[in-house]
Amino acid sequence: MVAARETALPLDLARIRADFPVLSRQVNGHPLVYLDSAASAQQPAAVIDAVAGYARAHHANVHRGVHTLSQEATALYEGARERVRRFVNAASVAEIVFVRGATEAINLVAQSFGRPQFAAGDEIVVTRLEHHSNIVPWQLLAAETGARVRVVPINGRGVVDFEAYLGLLGPRTRLVALAHVSNALGTVLPVAAFVAAARERGIATVIDGAQAAPHLPVDVQAIGCDFYAFSAHKMYGPTGIGVLYAREALLAAMPPWQGGGDMILTVSFEGSTWNHLPHRFEAGTPNIGGAVGLGAAIDYLGGVGAARIAAHEQDLLEYATARLAGIPGLTLVGTAPDKSSLVSFTVEGVHPHDLGTVLDSRGIAVRTGHHCAMPVMEHFGVPATTRASFGLYNTRAEVDALHAALGDAIRMLR
Amino acid sequence: MDLADLYRDVIVDHNRSPRNRGRLPAACRHAEGNNPLCGDRLLLDVDLDGDQIRNLRFDGSGCAISTASASLMSEAVKGRTRAEAAELFDAVHGMLTGAPADVARLGKLAALTGVAQFPARVKCASLAWHTLNAALAGDVAPVTTE
Repeated sequence: MVAARETALPLDLARIRADFPVLSRQVNGHPLVYLDSAASAQQPAAVIDAVAGYARAHHANVHRGVHTLSQEATALYEGARERVRRFVNAASVAEIVFVRGATEAINLVAQSFGRPQFAAGDEIVVTRLEHHSNIVPWQLLAAETGARVRVVPINGRGVVDFEAYLGLLGPRTRLVALAHVSNALGTVLPVAAFVAAARERGIATVIDGAQAAPHLPVDVQAIGCDFYAFSAHKMYGPTGIGVLYAREALLAAMPPWQGGGDMILTVSFEGSTWNHLPHRFEAGTPNIGGAVGLGAAIDYLGGVGAARIAAHEQDLLEYATARLAGIPGLTLVGTAPDKSSLVSFTVEGVHPHDLGTVLDSRGIAVRTGHHCAMPVMEHFGVPATTRASFGLYNTRAEVDALHAALGDAIRMLR
Repeated sequence: MDLADLYRDVIVDHNRSPRNRGRLPAACRHAEGNNPLCGDRLLLDVDLDGDQIRNLRFDGSGCAISTASASLMSEAVKGRTRAEAAELFDAVHGMLTGAPADVARLGKLAALTGVAQFPARVKCASLAWHTLNAALAGDVAPVTTE
């Protein structure tokens, strides 16, 4: 009932846009049109102020001092952890590890979960549409252990082949690592189904949720995964802070990844003992201000409402898809039926890099290149694409601005 | 920042109709250049006659700036000695990094002078020249702009 009423109310875009200070600036003499949120989203004043407010009034090291500031900093830091727990519906805060970002989270799993256990001949299954951050850590692990990385193919629309995936799950498969949402194509993977198939076979599962967290409701218990990674800066928070959700039973059995302060209970030269979860995996003074900012971003998203954000972004996706389809020579790359709010495309006779420069001259920020997903580019036989990715603050008028500038670029360059 | 200064008519023309595009399989020098950030790839074949660049051709895929730069370079250095090509490299490099263009020496290459205003595009314009250097030096490993 609540969800239905929430969906019925459209976003108050003028008010939302006023929350993001950067959106009022000019770029190259034009109002900024920021269509690169999939690379990094802009921050609302609530996030900027939370980080600054922490630095102005509460900063101290956490989990250490008996003094007031240290207790306040600890309360803010652990308060952010509880917000994250609720955001992904984890069973316990012991399962929420703060890291630098999704990349570090995946490397942590590879090195602490995979490395001690995997042996020559073991198999790690990834999909063709993964970001390099969900490929290279597994290649490093494979090189260290003799394990093998196997790749699930995608089809011409950018949809992962589920039957082929099932075929790849064998007696030597130890781990499956997949994106919740593809950064290069926008494809949304039905991760619960992928995870269920792996779990039936006793295979561990890692979900790269960097592109999902800002757009979709994430419920790690409903998905059933063992690990879920995401970054704050993709979801309107600061850079340098992210999260690894890890099922407590697995995390408890994993050796520490990095050693240092905060991750120990006792240290002596005869041996040290490790701190409780999740602190065992947070060596050194953490990014306290970043965690506070992430907590504020979660509050902000919750205040706007996940269902309303999703409805607005899907509207932008449908509108942009229809507008761009009318441009002769433009080909959309990634046309999955279930897609997040981005359009990746090529234009015949015009290189993405030139498009990016022309759009920038009109104040329009897009991403051009291989999007850290070179195997995806290879699959579609293109060296690069142009990607416009939408966030909760984008408007149909900005899609129109993109459309007009693309027309101008084509006239100038083709 | 003026787009017309970047995409001058000469640049657009050389991108649409690149000169000396293709391969010279029998050439004595080959080099490959990559711009990993944008996925540009340039293959360059150079036929030397003693110290003189008798012929050269380029192939691959790249943006308008890198394609036009390779095309303009191929016209500029054909028939020149290695020392003359090295002098031109220095003049182009200076122009791309903001030094006043020596139009008398650069000729048509001066069309690339606007690139200096677009720092993100300097690598695109210089890829062909770095690849030529590698070919003349006989380097086997691919050149990269990173």
